[in-house]
Amino acid sequence: MGKDIKNWFGSGSPWVWLNAGAVSISIIMVTGLLALIAIRGLGHFWPADVAEFDYQQRDGHQVNLIGEFVSEEQVSIENLRAAGHAITSDTGHITRHLIKIGNRDIGGLDFRWVLEPKIEKLHYPPTMMVFERREWGNFYGYIDSISENDRLIAQGESAWAVLQPQLLRSDALYKKIRAIEKDEIGAVNAAVERLRLRERGLELEGNKDPAIMVDIVQQRKELQQSYDLMQEQLRLLYEEISRYSVTATAMDGTSLTIPLVKIVRAYRPNDMSVLGKLGFYAGKLWEFVSDEPREANTEGGIFPAIFGTVMMVLLMSVIVTPFGVIAAIYLREYAKQGLLTRVIRIAVNNLAGVPSIVYGIFGLGFFVYFLGGNIDQLFFPESLPAPTMGTPGILWASLTLALLTVPVVIVATDEGLSRIPRALREGSLALGATKAETLWRTVLPMASPAIMTGMILAIARAAGEVAPLMLVGVVKLAPSLPLDGNFPFMHLDRKFMHLGFHIYDVGFQSPNVEAARPLVYATALLLVLVIVALNLAAIAIRNRLREKYRALDN
Amino acid sequence: MNTDTALAPAIDPDLLERTHSDEERNKLQENCLEVKDLSFYYGEKQALQSINLEISKQRVTAFIGPSGCGKSTLLRCFNRMNDLVDGTRIEGQILLDSQDIYAPSVNAVDLRRRIGMVFQKPNPFPKSIYENAAYGLRLQGINKRHILDEVVEKALRRAALWDEVKDRLHDNALGLSGGQQQRLVIARAVAIEPEVLLLDEPASALDPISTLKIEELISELKERYTIIIVTHSMQQAARVSDYTAFLYMGELIEFGDTKTVFTNPEKKQTEDYITGRYG
Repeated sequence: MGKDIKNWFGSGSPWVWLNAGAVSISIIMVTGLLALIAIRGLGHFWPADVAEFDYQQRDGHQVNLIGEFVSEEQVSIENLRAAGHAITSDTGHITRHLIKIGNRDIGGLDFRWVLEPKIEKLHYPPTMMVFERREWGNFYGYIDSISENDRLIAQGESAWAVLQPQLLRSDALYKKIRAIEKDEIGAVNAAVERLRLRERGLELEGNKDPAIMVDIVQQRKELQQSYDLMQEQLRLLYEEISRYSVTATAMDGTSLTIPLVKIVRAYRPNDMSVLGKLGFYAGKLWEFVSDEPREANTEGGIFPAIFGTVMMVLLMSVIVTPFGVIAAIYLREYAKQGLLTRVIRIAVNNLAGVPSIVYGIFGLGFFVYFLGGNIDQLFFPESLPAPTMGTPGILWASLTLALLTVPVVIVATDEGLSRIPRALREGSLALGATKAETLWRTVLPMASPAIMTGMILAIARAAGEVAPLMLVGVVKLAPSLPLDGNFPFMHLDRKFMHLGFHIYDVGFQSPNVEAARPLVYATALLLVLVIVALNLAAIAIRNRLREKYRALDN
Repeated sequence: MNTDTALAPAIDPDLLERTHSDEERNKLQENCLEVKDLSFYYGEKQALQSINLEISKQRVTAFIGPSGCGKSTLLRCFNRMNDLVDGTRIEGQILLDSQDIYAPSVNAVDLRRRIGMVFQKPNPFPKSIYENAAYGLRLQGINKRHILDEVVEKALRRAALWDEVKDRLHDNALGLSGGQQQRLVIARAVAIEPEVLLLDEPASALDPISTLKIEELISELKERYTIIIVTHSMQQAARVSDYTAFLYMGELIEFGDTKTVFTNPEKKQTEDYITGRYG
């Protein structure tokens, strides 16, 4: 028996099993995690049916409740009794449901817990309507009428028919208003600001050429005129858009009048077919990835965060690659190999182990305050004391992350360079190439797959990093993207939104935790997908390069 | 000892007769390279000891000797390839057209354009066949298409490779066979019109047919270039070279025209080596 076990160990199969077990556990964990966040996150956008029922409250009052069932849990009866509920059954557990009742402007709370035995007359009325609003969360209730400037135009079922086309119209108007406010007025504001800075700059130089001053005044006048024009346009649009309003009855018979402009979409989930719900779901999902957040990030989309994350990672890659490659080339090709290079290699390796928040503090102190502050003194004196570069922004965040990931690139490139066969370098040198020419024409192209490997590792690390970013440029809500139509188009000094920080912010800093929870999952899923996409792109490039320079394999 | 028996196992005497007729050897020879008192050190270890040697223009000179005797080291001294190895030191002179190539005024990069080299293992760059052949020219800043086309074709023809690759010039050179790769490397070296070609065991990694092709190529190339070849194969040295130098333990034991060295060596060591007693 003992010999059998010894033989079994000797055969190596326990190690094969151990390995296989470890690999399977890893795979199960990864897929399980992804499945969990996918289910939790993506389910949120499905238009759930809305129930209406009578409910006996703790104080014995009977109320009418309307809402979506969100989740449920088991509670022991003792606990409920202790909390003051009148329960007739003896012992055991009863089910408690969390329902989303919305109508925050009426009740103050979007969610409440209800006990199953106290629910009566549960039904799903087909005329139940949901408004997704720009403020105050969802509204649940029945439509009464639509009016135009206090003049009633439709009532009851016909109001619902009028509502949809009116909603489309008001949405188009709303988009127009946003476009004017954001793009056109934004452009005028940017021009006014540039003008102000120019004036201030001239003032600082002591230049008081009257011709220029007249020119500035003239330009300002023109800008003011176009601004006034837009204001007038906006006023008309606002008048137009606030003409219509809808009156609806919420639970408990409360009547509410809501201007159409406040409504994003209206739908009747109980009356929708599966196909209709699928269409609705696709629309919500698209809104999530392509729109801006609303309501303290708990509604709407997360496009600015996706954009910020991708742009930051790309900027970081552009900065880190030349840095790391040049350092590695010096270390491997030019520096005399010896104690010093060994020490440098060890230091570089250890740099990769420094906690990222330390880099964040360094970035804030060195890049933002020191470098940025000095740049402001030298290049942007006209806008002082307001900082231009001397404040956290996407450039400093990218630089900080580049610093964080440069060891990875150095190590990968260094190893790649050491694997280029000597014969190839000598072949190039024997043809009369200098060392630099050999490097540039032969060695570096052949080392490019290794450089890409370094970049892939750097991207993987940088895209998931949050802690240092909170110090050097990430914010909860950025009013504008770091890339837009106003000169100079790429605004490296702007603060930006980031998926990782968005998860933290929505999950833990949100005033409305229950509403935000599914968004945390959805955002986490999206962050993973963005990182996977960035990595896949880099891996595809690397594989192409490998195919091209496969000399290393023979 | 009878010279014929000494040679019998290694060399076919007819071969020597065929390739090196007396009239050819008696032609007045100009020297191209002169080695004077050359010593070479890897750190403390002396690899070459006071070598004196003269290389004739447009002739093939072979270096033979057992592994580690310093023949490759000597070859690499001619285009200063050893400069790239840390901790090496050289004493003495190598004169190329009476100019010391180790003089401070000589630029190693320019020198390597005049003295080309082909290595033991084929080492084409992972680029197209065309770009391999054009590499040296591009280094010199020649990028005009028609010049490159012309030179690439000429070099590939000289390396007897043109007919095999003319339809796939822009394919990756790594797709060629070993023998073709080695001829491509020779074409690459020839394309920049060097004066001297150094061949470091050019056929040792190749099959017999490719070896034969390379040897034929060497006989053709000597019309234009001075060739120095390091080889392990004594038959090869006998077949292709006009002069042979035998090195042993970093010393030049014997140097003379190939027929004499192989049929009537002066030194006992040479005789022992070519008859296969060591090495």
